[in-house]
Amino acid sequence: MHQFLFGTLPYIALSILLIGSVARYERDPYTWKSSSSQLLRRKQLILGSVLFHLGVLIIFFGHLFGLLLPVSLYDALGVGHGLKQGLAAIGGGVAGVMAIVGGVMLAHRRFSDPRVRATSSGADNAIILILIAQLGLGLATVPLSLAHMDGHEMVNLMNWANGIITFDGEAASQIEHTAMVFKAHIVLGLIIFILFPFTRLVHMLSAPVRYMWRPGYQVVRTRKGRA
Amino acid sequence: MSHLLDRLNFLKSNSLGRFSDGHGHTTNESRDWEDAYRNRWRHDKIVRSTHGVNCTGSCSWKIYVKSGIVTWETQQTDYPRTRTDLPNHEPRGCQRGASYSWYLYSANRVKTPLIRSSMLKAYRGLRKDNSPIEAWTKLQADPILRASFVKTRGMGGFVRASWDESTEIIAAANAYTAKTYGPDRVFGFSPIPAMSMVSYAAGSRYLSLLGGTCMSFYDWYCDLPPASPMTWGEQTDVPESADWYNSGFLMIWGSNVPQTRTPDAHFYTEARYRGTKSAVVSPDYSEACKFGDIWLAPKQGTDAALAMAMGHVILREYHLDRQAEYFEEYARKYTDMPMLVRLDEKDGRLVPGRMLRADDFKGKLKEKNNPEWKTIGFDRTSGDPVVPNGSVGFRWGEKGKWNLQEKAGKDDASLRLSLIMEENHDDVVGVDFPYFGGEASENFTKCEHPDVLTRNIPVRKLELEDGDAYVATVFDLFCANYSLDRGLDGDWTAKSFDDDVPFTPAWAEKITGVPRDQIITVAREFATNAEKTNGKSMIIIGAAMNHWYHMDMNYRGVINMLVMCGCVGQSGGGWSHYVGQEKLRPQTGWAPLAFALDWARPPRHMNSTSAWYAHTDQWRYETLQSKEIVSPTAPDGDWQDASLIDYNIRAERMGWLPSAPSLRTNPLELAKAAKAAGEEIPAYVAGQLTSGKLEMSCEDPDAPENWPRNLFVWRSNLLGSSGKGHEYFLKHLLGTDHGVMGKDLGEEGRQKPIEATWHDEAPEGKLDLLVTIDFRMSTTAVYSDIVLPTASWYEKDDLNTSDMHPFIHPLQAAVDPAYESKSDWEIFKAIAKKFSEVVPGYLGDETDIVNLPILHDTPAEIAQDHVKDWKKGECELIPGKTAPAFATVQRDYPNLYKRFTALGPLMEKVGNGGKGISWNTEVEVQHLKDLNGVVTEEGPTKGLAKIDTGIDAAEVILMLAPETNGEVAVKAWEALSQNTGIDHTHLAKPKEDEKIRFRDVAAQPRKIISSPTWSGIESEHVCYNAGYTNVHELIPWRTLSGRQQLYQDHLWMRAFGEGFCTWRPPVDLKTITADVNGEGEPHVVLNFITPHQKWGIHSTYSDNLLMLTLNRGGPCIWISENDAKTAGIVDNDWVEAFNTNGALTARAVVSQRVKDGMTLMYHAQEKIVNTPGSEKTGKRGGIHNSVTRVVVKPTHMIGAYAQQSYGFNYYGTVGSNRDEFVVIRKMKNVDWLDRPAKEEA
Repeated sequence: MHQFLFGTLPYIALSILLIGSVARYERDPYTWKSSSSQLLRRKQLILGSVLFHLGVLIIFFGHLFGLLLPVSLYDALGVGHGLKQGLAAIGGGVAGVMAIVGGVMLAHRRFSDPRVRATSSGADNAIILILIAQLGLGLATVPLSLAHMDGHEMVNLMNWANGIITFDGEAASQIEHTAMVFKAHIVLGLIIFILFPFTRLVHMLSAPVRYMWRPGYQVVRTRKGRA
Repeated sequence: MSHLLDRLNFLKSNSLGRFSDGHGHTTNESRDWEDAYRNRWRHDKIVRSTHGVNCTGSCSWKIYVKSGIVTWETQQTDYPRTRTDLPNHEPRGCQRGASYSWYLYSANRVKTPLIRSSMLKAYRGLRKDNSPIEAWTKLQADPILRASFVKTRGMGGFVRASWDESTEIIAAANAYTAKTYGPDRVFGFSPIPAMSMVSYAAGSRYLSLLGGTCMSFYDWYCDLPPASPMTWGEQTDVPESADWYNSGFLMIWGSNVPQTRTPDAHFYTEARYRGTKSAVVSPDYSEACKFGDIWLAPKQGTDAALAMAMGHVILREYHLDRQAEYFEEYARKYTDMPMLVRLDEKDGRLVPGRMLRADDFKGKLKEKNNPEWKTIGFDRTSGDPVVPNGSVGFRWGEKGKWNLQEKAGKDDASLRLSLIMEENHDDVVGVDFPYFGGEASENFTKCEHPDVLTRNIPVRKLELEDGDAYVATVFDLFCANYSLDRGLDGDWTAKSFDDDVPFTPAWAEKITGVPRDQIITVAREFATNAEKTNGKSMIIIGAAMNHWYHMDMNYRGVINMLVMCGCVGQSGGGWSHYVGQEKLRPQTGWAPLAFALDWARPPRHMNSTSAWYAHTDQWRYETLQSKEIVSPTAPDGDWQDASLIDYNIRAERMGWLPSAPSLRTNPLELAKAAKAAGEEIPAYVAGQLTSGKLEMSCEDPDAPENWPRNLFVWRSNLLGSSGKGHEYFLKHLLGTDHGVMGKDLGEEGRQKPIEATWHDEAPEGKLDLLVTIDFRMSTTAVYSDIVLPTASWYEKDDLNTSDMHPFIHPLQAAVDPAYESKSDWEIFKAIAKKFSEVVPGYLGDETDIVNLPILHDTPAEIAQDHVKDWKKGECELIPGKTAPAFATVQRDYPNLYKRFTALGPLMEKVGNGGKGISWNTEVEVQHLKDLNGVVTEEGPTKGLAKIDTGIDAAEVILMLAPETNGEVAVKAWEALSQNTGIDHTHLAKPKEDEKIRFRDVAAQPRKIISSPTWSGIESEHVCYNAGYTNVHELIPWRTLSGRQQLYQDHLWMRAFGEGFCTWRPPVDLKTITADVNGEGEPHVVLNFITPHQKWGIHSTYSDNLLMLTLNRGGPCIWISENDAKTAGIVDNDWVEAFNTNGALTARAVVSQRVKDGMTLMYHAQEKIVNTPGSEKTGKRGGIHNSVTRVVVKPTHMIGAYAQQSYGFNYYGTVGSNRDEFVVIRKMKNVDWLDRPAKEEA
């Protein structure tokens, strides 16, 4: 069971994430959208959305760098495990609180506003609840982390993540003794990966980041030179 | 290619350079996403069709189809050109039509046959061991089973059924009804053939072969202006909208052109650019008002007073103080103004009596043929009485003198208009005119003048057959009626416009609220323009004015203005009454198909207003008594004692109005009895009626033998739209939940009718079966027992015409009918087929007796020059003369389907015709055999032309009609030329070889060919204009005098004080009683006005999501700011409007547009959308007709009297509804009634 959840499931989840997203992008390009409900009601949206998105972005990049960079890199840079864990716990904790407050506001709006409610799909309703649950689990790990400031558990998790992306068959054993709350957080995270291509989360992949450095205000897409 | 791979281009730059100092950037990134927008408007084909809704627009549309699905529609732009200097017809179409494609795949589409489960269960149970007819018989015989579905009508419970089973039940019910009660107990209601003539014909052909009753609609809708048949002998004939452009002065009177004549409104704009002056008359600030140079805002319902005052000004300044030459000539040649009227003595006083006839003279002025129907005038030069050509007496029984040449026989005869000159009269006498303005309900202004006004008239004394008599010209009486002083002294005439005498501008100012100087200015400009242009002043009228109980006064007031100024029959002038898509241009080609005249004549027709008045028991609640409307100058008679239904019964008895059902005894049985007795049918029926052994159904409408039993409703939303007295329909006809709050005459202990049998207990649930055929789940469908899904307007082949433009164009199947739907033609074919399957052994070859009223445009129309009632012993019952005719018709029930699908032999044997002329059709029948093919199957139809598909049916219409077959047109004009003695064939000769076929109109709308069915012509020189051939070809109007008849001399017209036009305030319907309005909550009592809406055409589109989104999204009523304040209502509040008739719920639109004292509710907003329950009745809100009740008018029942003779949709009672008042108050609880109709036990 442990091997399946932490050794096999990650690959299933990542495969679905990748293939599912590509397939949706190709087959149903018109469903590739954030499904914003801002036109229906601005109330609660701006504050909730900014809090939620800012928090989630910080957490996202925190996880990205924190888990996927090799442990050796931090060691080489001289970042102590304890320090990193502290940073992660406090930074992640603050961001997590922001995200969960924003998320709850968004969820309240989604369920209480008649217009928004009427236009919400089951997936829309489910994903906001799942994200809140995941944020809750993530925050629940903070006290645990603060109790073991030696960074040991964190290194196990980093090793596991590193193991998964390097196709190490033994990766699951790295976190065999990790606390249940971490495991639950991981499993729910993987479930979110699986759900990702089927929900509005895909808008993450199309965030118009490039606009920030795109040259020119007027973009002319030429017909010349194209078959 | 792949969207993803196209985006994966990080490695190579897609930049092609910059421009504008780096602000612009050219790239070569993929543009495939743009195809999404291109594909949005890409389609596979475009098919021409239109919207078969009762709308005069009749616009041709392009229907776009993509992957077998109708996607959208746009306006067609290929109408045939107009002539130089005249704007083209495009663009035609509006927001409503543009939203139609929504219906095809909407949730509101009826997708399969639906049957109420309680009925279906009962039927299936009985069907196990019985034949279909036996099963239906047993179902009807069991009162509990019958009640199980009758009492649950409108409460849901529909289940899907097969076509086979639903047609079987309908066929069985029809057969059972025909055999048990008589085929005339099978009713069918479908309106406005012009909107989809084949679909109309499908049902009416089935009914006519069965012997069922086709119900009228134009009169029931109150779109029929009885003033038109009274004045012109013409149902309605009007100029096309392009002719507005030719006008010099356009009055828009109670019509909201941009809102309700949207596709034609551009001609109004273009006329304004051309320089046409315009005055708009409307009580509310409607969209049309902004087009006018001046806006007159009379109090609602006072239009007649305004028109009378304008007529007063015109007569004074253009006929009396100065006689405009053109007006004088027109009055002399084209109006009854020079005709003579006898003055009758009543209680020592003189009143205008009958028009003088040749018959009144000793020696009858040498007239042998119909002397009692030939009117008289004085020759201008000799001063002798002459019999001028053209009166109705010349129309029948002789040929060549029925024309408007200034002749009497072969001699020239120019008539004298007035006897005012000293040498032309023998005497000046006082003549009594009734005045009704002294009494009015509290909501209208009354003017304290006596009810009889005596005015001095110049008269001649003539020695007649029955002694000496005074006679006067219509013109002199007419001027006196308008209160014009002519230097003859006496009372009640006005020298000045400021006199306080009825019909002066000063008087009208008090009643209408319109300042007198505005009245005078508009009247002068109207007349001055007409004088300078030879009649190019036009009045456009909408239904508004016609919906008042005394609509005839409004209309005749306006018509008088037009006739005084010589505008009728002149291009750019005349009477433009645009109400309903009434113009079925190829009418005479369509009638044989529609009423199965190719198999049996006559068909059964019924005037709906009288029928629904009786069968929905609205007569039992009648609050208007005859004494309130009868004239103080009425001739002797029991005018005051008879109630309104009594008048209707007398009219049916004397053959004036049709009857359905007609006789208490089943006509099939009666025919057998006549045969057994060895008597001819008419004589047998006459004998039985006279002896009292046989009773007419109209005398006891509540007896079960006299109920309508089956009702088909197709192409209509009878209950959700036109059903005046909606709640009475629900209570008595349907027998289900209703909101009637008033009590009937019996409960109130009021005077009951004399002629109608009274049952203390009123029947509820008269109908055995209600079948609705529709593409959408309308209010009527919701109340039906069986709903059949029909093809939408983009899924069938049919034809469409309108009065607003001269083109005929098609509906076409852009796609096959969706789901399980079929076209109306195929549906009735399926019912006919099933009927022929179930009926053998039950009904066979049967003889039927059809009760036929005395019809207009037939030789019988001059049957009764005096009113005599056979039942009272005043005369003998002579069928077709003093009573209805009783025609024998042979039915072949087992072969009904075969007859339905083949063109019968009567077209070759008897020919075809219309409006009093007929012609041979052998050539056309042969052409149809060649075109449609012949029936090859053995049987009674072998060798006849096939009518299998909708297109076959369309070809029958097009081939037989003079309007679409030039050869027929020439034949028709030849036939008319014989009657008039003038050759008219030049009007059609140039188009003799033109034959319009279905594929021609599919390619492009086609202009129709001039035909004598209509009074206008299609030509390169003038636009279509009504009365054109009367004025320019000297064809008489089809009236008593053959001229425009401004004086109505029938006994009943005089009894009700409407010989001449006058002002009659709206009637008091007394529907706001203490019982209903007991509570003291804030409320307001308002006049209930129901104009046409912007976001729908009648009820169609009022449930269409796109239209709902553009307005308030559900029922709403408009009230003024002051009235809203009184009742504590703010904009968008839910309010309730109610009176004894019922209640309705709606949102309030509080607007400065509306006058104080009135509320506007756009009519026919479906109660199936966004309508909460009423607090008053506890039932679902109701529709606009929940607060109305139909009230009939005796003068509309007149018959057998030249132009006042019955014709289907031509004359008869009309369903007026504007005199109604309602209480409006804010709703405390908005209850959506979202729960089952009945809690489960």
